[in-house]
Amino acid sequence: MNPQDFEKLAALLHGRSGLVLGSDKAYLAESRLGPVARQWQYVDVHALIRALARREGSGADARLLDDVVEAMTTNESFFFRDNKPFDQFREFVLPALMSARSTSRSIRIWSAACSSGQEPYSLAMILKEMGARLEGWNIEILGTDISRAILKRARDGIYSQLEVQRGLPIQLLAKYFDQRGDQWQVKEEIRHMVQFREHNLLGEPPAAGRFDVVFCRNVLIYFDQATKAQVLAKVAKAMAGDGYLTLGGAETVLGVSDHFRTIPEQRGLYGRADAPTTVAASGT
Amino acid sequence: MKRCLIVDDSKVVRTVARKIVEGLNFAIDEAVNGQEAIEACRISMPDVILLDWNMPVMSGIDFLRALRAMADGERPVVVFCTTENDMAHIQEALGAGANEYIMKPFDSEIVETKFAQTGLL
Repeated sequence: MNPQDFEKLAALLHGRSGLVLGSDKAYLAESRLGPVARQWQYVDVHALIRALARREGSGADARLLDDVVEAMTTNESFFFRDNKPFDQFREFVLPALMSARSTSRSIRIWSAACSSGQEPYSLAMILKEMGARLEGWNIEILGTDISRAILKRARDGIYSQLEVQRGLPIQLLAKYFDQRGDQWQVKEEIRHMVQFREHNLLGEPPAAGRFDVVFCRNVLIYFDQATKAQVLAKVAKAMAGDGYLTLGGAETVLGVSDHFRTIPEQRGLYGRADAPTTVAASGT
Repeated sequence: MKRCLIVDDSKVVRTVARKIVEGLNFAIDEAVNGQEAIEACRISMPDVILLDWNMPVMSGIDFLRALRAMADGERPVVVFCTTENDMAHIQEALGAGANEYIMKPFDSEIVETKFAQTGLL
């Protein structure tokens, strides 16, 4: 890929999805965009990028650009990835919200950039395991991602043997999955707890109303500072005043956004900066 | 240092598993079937047992049932590591007291994840 093509591609990607394409990614871009070029009947990646640059903005190009974004997006996900955020959800966030929402008995959860669905399904399994304690509660889980193809996988909820062995306790596999040949499908009772929707983190919120919990993990790392700030501002707007944001292990709001504040002794968990102190600080 | 007993009739699997588990900072003992594993546990109960299913002399599931009936036999974490990759076997293993279950083929990342999930790391 020549430097001019790479520069143009990087600008288009950033404008559309916020994704920052480092200069060491030229080879990756070439190999991932080859199939897209063939699918759209361009002779090569150079022709594809030239076409995108030439006709930027028309409807057909928006679809082409979506396919390019999709091809360049990293979609790595595990069940209960990193464990700790899920322990925190079970032991700190949920009890706090069950106390704060004891009248409305309603909790809304947004798993942003959820890739193939392991994160929202992990949250659904935690909720299911709580059994009678959540009886009568209305709990909504929304999983969003920019990639249509990955959302199709998420909705199907079918995973390889390798995928179900990375992080999923065997007791939960036995309880909440059906075997389909050499693959494993999340049971209907868990799948129906999660809704999936296409969503660009740079766009408007994915649904009306406020979310009580937002998981937005391992996606900010792909953005530059300005885009991180923009995404966090949008997340803050979509979150309830006393809601909770969970970021990935290598991510923080510190020095990036003043819409959030840390929660004492809860690493990786943030409350809205304008939340009442007692709520965000104590979680009760 | 925690101790892991690797029970598998395949020398290749024992060698691969030993390398992975040693990398997680465990001392290793080996047994080639369930009967040998029982004798090893009588001498000294390990912290974790990585257990194959199909072995001559005594199978993994028979060993597990015998282990859980032994004095102090509830203590070790038992992780099956087998080619029996179906729900019926998984349910049977859990019913007999297995803590985790690895479906072969496996790699170091899977072993590490399962050990972490069962509080061994």
